[in-house]
Amino acid sequence: MSRFSWPSFVAIVVKEFIQMRRDRLTFAMMVGIPMIQLALFGFAINSDPRHLPTAVINADQSEFSRTFLAALKNSGYFELTRVVQSEAEANRLLDEGEVQFVVTIPAQFSRDLLRGERPSLLVEADATDPSATGNAIAALNELARSALAHDLKGSAQGAAGGANAVELIIHRRYNPEGITQHNIVPGLMGVILTMTMIMMTGLAITRERERGTMEHLLAMPVNPLEVMLGKIMPYILVGYIQVILILAASTFIFNVPIQGSLLLLLLCVLLFIAANLSVGIMFSTIARNQMQAMQMTFFFFLPSMLITGFMFPFRGMPVWAQRVGEILPLTHFLRLVRGIMLKGNGALETLPHLWPMALFMLVVIALGLKRFKRTLD
Amino acid sequence: MSEAVAIDVQGLSKSFDGKRVVNNLSLQVPRGEIFGFLGPNGSGKTTSIRMLCGLLIPDAGEGKCLGYDVIRETAQIKREVGYMTQRFSLYEDLSVRENMDFVARIYGVENRERVVNAAIERLGLAQRRDQLAGTLSGGWKQRLALATTTLHNPKLLLLDEPTAGVDPKARRDFWLAIHDLAAEGITVLVSTHYMDEAERCHRLAYLSYGHILAQGTPSEVVTNSGLTTWMVKGANLNQLAEDLRGLSDAAQIVPFGDALHVSGTDAERLEAALAPYLAQADLTWTRTQPGLEDVFIQLVSEAVEEKT
Ligand SMILES: Nc1ncnc2c1ncn2[C@@H]1O[C@H](COP(=O)(O)OP(=O)(O)O)[C@@H](O)[C@H]1O
Ligand SMILES: [Mg+2]
Repeated sequence: MSRFSWPSFVAIVVKEFIQMRRDRLTFAMMVGIPMIQLALFGFAINSDPRHLPTAVINADQSEFSRTFLAALKNSGYFELTRVVQSEAEANRLLDEGEVQFVVTIPAQFSRDLLRGERPSLLVEADATDPSATGNAIAALNELARSALAHDLKGSAQGAAGGANAVELIIHRRYNPEGITQHNIVPGLMGVILTMTMIMMTGLAITRERERGTMEHLLAMPVNPLEVMLGKIMPYILVGYIQVILILAASTFIFNVPIQGSLLLLLLCVLLFIAANLSVGIMFSTIARNQMQAMQMTFFFFLPSMLITGFMFPFRGMPVWAQRVGEILPLTHFLRLVRGIMLKGNGALETLPHLWPMALFMLVVIALGLKRFKRTLD
Repeated sequence: MSEAVAIDVQGLSKSFDGKRVVNNLSLQVPRGEIFGFLGPNGSGKTTSIRMLCGLLIPDAGEGKCLGYDVIRETAQIKREVGYMTQRFSLYEDLSVRENMDFVARIYGVENRERVVNAAIERLGLAQRRDQLAGTLSGGWKQRLALATTTLHNPKLLLLDEPTAGVDPKARRDFWLAIHDLAAEGITVLVSTHYMDEAERCHRLAYLSYGHILAQGTPSEVVTNSGLTTWMVKGANLNQLAEDLRGLSDAAQIVPFGDALHVSGTDAERLEAALAPYLAQADLTWTRTQPGLEDVFIQLVSEAVEEKT
């Protein structure tokens, strides 16, 4: 068979670039998908939500408790939506997601406070989504101190200062550990690249077949590797544009630090992008039409979301799921990108995550070459 | 390899889903000739051409195209053949120049820019060089496709129904262009379902249901058909045609302008059968050469009779 020819490869790259530039869908996907995903995942999970619905059990109708509740409200984080009488009712509200917080002020709160006996204030939080409650909880301590200090000024306790006047007990319910918001945005980079890269190239060869241009292409002296690599090239640029968009959002909107080397990160991204593009091209050689290519993309995308450690902690998954997850490039990319961005990993720590992606890519390209039809049969 | 023959294949066959689409196809096309590949829609022309340029692998048969084996040496064949597909297969979202540039790059054409520009000038598309190919009219698309197919100086052109759906003037221009190419020594195999285009070819083959029914120069095809044709002019030809249809020896009665062509495979029996009408004063009978069209119609009806 004919050997790889550089001019043919260049011809295909140039052609793909021009076509990509003229294709509005590509542009829409390039910018649109990161925007939508960042908005959905990034903001929904990582924003600093305020006015969270809060239920109050106030067993101590006093000036102090009223002051405390007013301070809660004024902080902007808590919206006192319900006043309930019993613990059971409060629990039900939490279970049903009616309220995010239950604040319990015990009986004799003001008496104990005045006596300096450090009454306890119980705050229960629905921490299913920890980032939703994190800031509110962080604000609680300061809030309790400053609010009560004012009221206690003239009292016996005034001198002792309000700092330790109450014992704040916080129960994070449902998800005591929690994921930090910093985990999400770097992971999103991998998810977004997986989705767009595979979808875009998944259409690359089926489109030629559907438009009838494949017949002319195959009648010319091109070999499959030239076609496949030529079609991958332009999308690497698309991938990098997405990476830059996401990194900008991650730095300026979500304030995620980049502890490690940006250059190293950008280098590693190249391999991940190429691996996903090969998957797309491989699907493209199998799919009979663009619809099938789309379906295959989603077939690959779902496990990439679910069992790579993006949605759920990798170590919490059953062993079989971990085994499958280890094959997927996103699994390794997540470790890699979180390692570089959050832990400041260097090249040495990065290496173990690179070779599985490289191996995956080689296998996929080989499969694509095998599947690529040189004839119209 | 034999220098004189561009295409020399024997027994090519191809089936799709168990249906024989091309059956035992043998073709000899001398270099520098225009070879017409005729046949109605669905007769297997496209499939045959695809087998000649390595786009389909024949189920059976063997042969050479430009001296290269049609099964094993498709890469070499592709480099020296220009194939113009039946359906427009250039990129509609690339401009005229970009399409040509792409093809020229793939073939590694030397002095690419100059060659492409010259081709655009020759085409008369200089003002439309930056227009997207998809926005060209049908006739212009065909011409662009032909010009693109010849950029790399192919030795053999395979043109699949290049004139289908093109207006008569564009059709005539297209045939002039094909003759110019042949004059430069390029072999051209052109398929068509327009019978009148058969006369423009040096040599032709008629295909029906995947079988070649006749092959040779136009006059050979006519002679070999053994057909005798009478032309009759006069009044009330419609009524005459009705009457003649009753004669078993008049195989064909075809209106031809203001005349009627009456053909039969046995000259003597035809003349005998026509005797009463030959004597009629208001009819002028002339014995004439059958046209290619008469021959093809005859071939097809014979083929159908054999089948049933
Ligand atoms: N890829 C294919 N798969 C199945 N049937 C096909 C395919 N290509 C052609 N055919 C069938 O083969 C027959 C001949 O087609 P074709 O070679 O295109 O004829 P022509 O070019 O003379 O119109 C038609 O009946 C067509 O439906
Ligand atoms: Mg056809």
